[in-house]
Amino acid sequence: MKFIEFFKIAVQSLLSNKLRSALTMLGMIIGVGSVIILMSVGAGLQNMITSTFEELGTNLLMVQPANPEAPGIAAMAPGYATASITLDDVEAIERVRSVTGIVPANENFVKLKVGNEETTAVIHGSNSDYQRVYGFEMASGQFISEVNLARRDMVVVIGSKVAEDLFGDDDPVGQQVRIRDKRFTIIGVLAPRGLSMFGFSWDELVVTPITTYQARLFSQKTPSGEDAVQSISVQVTSAEVMDEVKEEIENILRRRHKIDEGEDDDFSVLSMEQMLGTFETITLALTVFLGMIGAISLLVGSIGIMNIMLVSVTERTREIGLRKAIGAKRRDILMQFLLEAAMLSLVGGAIGLAIAWGVSWGVSQIDLGGFTINAVVSPLIVTVAVLVSVFIGLASGIYPAMRAAGLNPIDALHYG
Amino acid sequence: MIELENITKIYRMGKVEVPALRGVTLNIEQGEMVAIIGASGSGKSTLMNIIGCLDKPTLGTYLLEGADVSRLNDNKLAEIRSKKLGFVFQDYNLLSRASAAANVELPLVYGGGGNRHKRALEALERVGLAGRSNHRPTELSGGEQQRVAIARALINNPSVILADEPTGNLDSASTDEIVSIFRQLNQEGITVVIVTHEMDIAQQTRRIIRLYDGKVASDEKTAVSRGDKA
Repeated sequence: MKFIEFFKIAVQSLLSNKLRSALTMLGMIIGVGSVIILMSVGAGLQNMITSTFEELGTNLLMVQPANPEAPGIAAMAPGYATASITLDDVEAIERVRSVTGIVPANENFVKLKVGNEETTAVIHGSNSDYQRVYGFEMASGQFISEVNLARRDMVVVIGSKVAEDLFGDDDPVGQQVRIRDKRFTIIGVLAPRGLSMFGFSWDELVVTPITTYQARLFSQKTPSGEDAVQSISVQVTSAEVMDEVKEEIENILRRRHKIDEGEDDDFSVLSMEQMLGTFETITLALTVFLGMIGAISLLVGSIGIMNIMLVSVTERTREIGLRKAIGAKRRDILMQFLLEAAMLSLVGGAIGLAIAWGVSWGVSQIDLGGFTINAVVSPLIVTVAVLVSVFIGLASGIYPAMRAAGLNPIDALHYG
Repeated sequence: MIELENITKIYRMGKVEVPALRGVTLNIEQGEMVAIIGASGSGKSTLMNIIGCLDKPTLGTYLLEGADVSRLNDNKLAEIRSKKLGFVFQDYNLLSRASAAANVELPLVYGGGGNRHKRALEALERVGLAGRSNHRPTELSGGEQQRVAIARALINNPSVILADEPTGNLDSASTDEIVSIFRQLNQEGITVVIVTHEMDIAQQTRRIIRLYDGKVASDEKTAVSRGDKA
C-alpha cells in the first residue's frame, strides 16, 4: 500500500523535473544500450563462428605441416611451414581405427577459361572423400572417384558460381574447361552452398584429383622429393575418440618423419573443437573487452544518478522535514528516494534496452557479403540488463537516500 | 493531556553547551487553547518541538495522554506524530506540485487509513475550502494555503494541534480567519497550542504561557477564558 504511494510520489517528482530526469536517464540509456549492443553482437559473432564449424562437423582433425623452428603460432603459417606431409602419410593415417574419412587438400588460385568466358576460382586437389567429409551435395554429374585419382584423370568438379560464370544456364557436365592451358573435363557441379565464415565462397571452388593436381597443375615436393600435401582433414567416428585418434596420428607421423622423443614436430594436429575453442576465446575476449567499455559508461551513468539524487535531496530538504513531521519514518523516506533512483535507472535501462534491441536487429540485417551476424538480444541479456539497472539505481541511490532519511525534521523544516 | 515535568533541553554547539529550556513544568488539559509567547531565544520553539515530539528533552519527563514519550526512539515518535498530533507551520510547508486535497491526504500516507480523498474533502470543508480541493498551492492565497495546512493537520483526528507562528506570514484579514478557525476547532474539543509573538493573537486564546530565558515566566488565563468579551 505504502509502496504504491511511494511509487506515485517518485513518478510525480521525476515528472516535475522532466529535462533533468531525461538527461540523467541518458547516462543509463547509453550505458545499458552500449553494453547490450556489444554483448548481442558479440554473441552473434560467436554463433556465426560456431555454426560455421558445426557445418563442417566438429569431429574433424586438421593435420598441417609446421616449422619446428618457428616460434609459437608462426610455426603453422604457410610461409614458415616446410612441406613435410606426403600422400604416404595420408595412407598411413587412413588405417587408424575410428577414422571414417580422410581428405588431403592442396589449394591454389587458378583462372578457368571456356571459349571467351573466364573466371577465377580456388582449386582444391583432393580425393573422393572430400564430398562426403565436407558435406557437399551434387547439383549434377558426379564427384571425382578413386579411379580418377589412380589414373590422374584430367577431370574437375566445379562450384555452382563457377558453373554460372562460365556456362550461364547450360549444363557444364561433359564440357571442357582450360586451366593453366590444360584441358579438363567437367564431370560434376556442386550444389550451391553460400559463404563460409571468412567470406570464402563454397560456390567458387574447383575440385580435381590431388594426383592430377600434383602431376599437371602445381607440383610441390617435400625436401626428400616426395609429393607434398598442404593439409589433411581427418574425420573420426565421434568427438569422444578425438583425443585418442589425435595422439595416434601424432605417433604415426613422428615415427614416419623420424622425430625423436623431445624433438619438435614438423606438423600439427588440431581438432576442430580446439580451433573453435580458440576462436571462441578470441571473440569472448573481444566481447568482454567491449563490454567493459560499455560498463564504464554505465558507471558514469550511475554517478549521474547519484549526483542528481543528491541535488534532489538538498532541494527537497523542507519537504523531507515536513514528511517527517507529519509521521514519515526513516524507512519511509529511505524507500521513497531509493525508489526514485531505481526508477530513473530502470526506465533509462529499459529505453537503452529498447534502442539496443533495434540496433541489434539492424545489425542482423546488414549483409556482410553474403552472410550476416545474427545479433540476438536473448532473454538472459534482458534479465541481466534489468537487474543491473535496478542494482545501479539502488547502489547510486542508497547514499543520497540515507542522507535524506537521516535529516533532522526540525532543521529540515527551517532549511533555506 | 500534556504533562511536562522539569523539561530541560541543552544544545551542544561543539564544546559549548547552550541551554534552551531550563526546567519547564506545565500541564495542558484536554480541550484547552493555549498560546506560548516569548521573545526570540526564550525557548518557545524548543518547547514547541518537544511538545510536538520532534525533539527529545535532555532531562525531565513528558507525558502525552498519560504515556511517557520523552525517551522514545525516532520511529515511535514518528508514529505518535502521525496519530496524535497535527502541525501547522509559519510558511505552510505545502507540496507545490500537489493539489490541496493531495496535500491534505499526505499524513494518511504514513499513518494509514482508507477513504483518503473523502476524508481530505471533509477536512477541507471544515476549514472552508470545499471548492478548492483541486487547486495547487500556487493558485491559493496565503490565508487559503494556511487553511489547507490546517486541514492537513486535522485529517488524522489529532488530539492536539500545534501551530508555530501560524499567522506570521499573513495579513490581518487572513490572520483573523485563521485564528477563528483555531477557535472553532477548539470549541469542537481539539486541544490547540499556538506559538506566537503577536500579543493580540495570544489574547484570543484561553491561556498564555510566557517563556523567558528557558523558563516559564508567567502562566495566566486570558479574558476569553474568564468569559469576558474578547
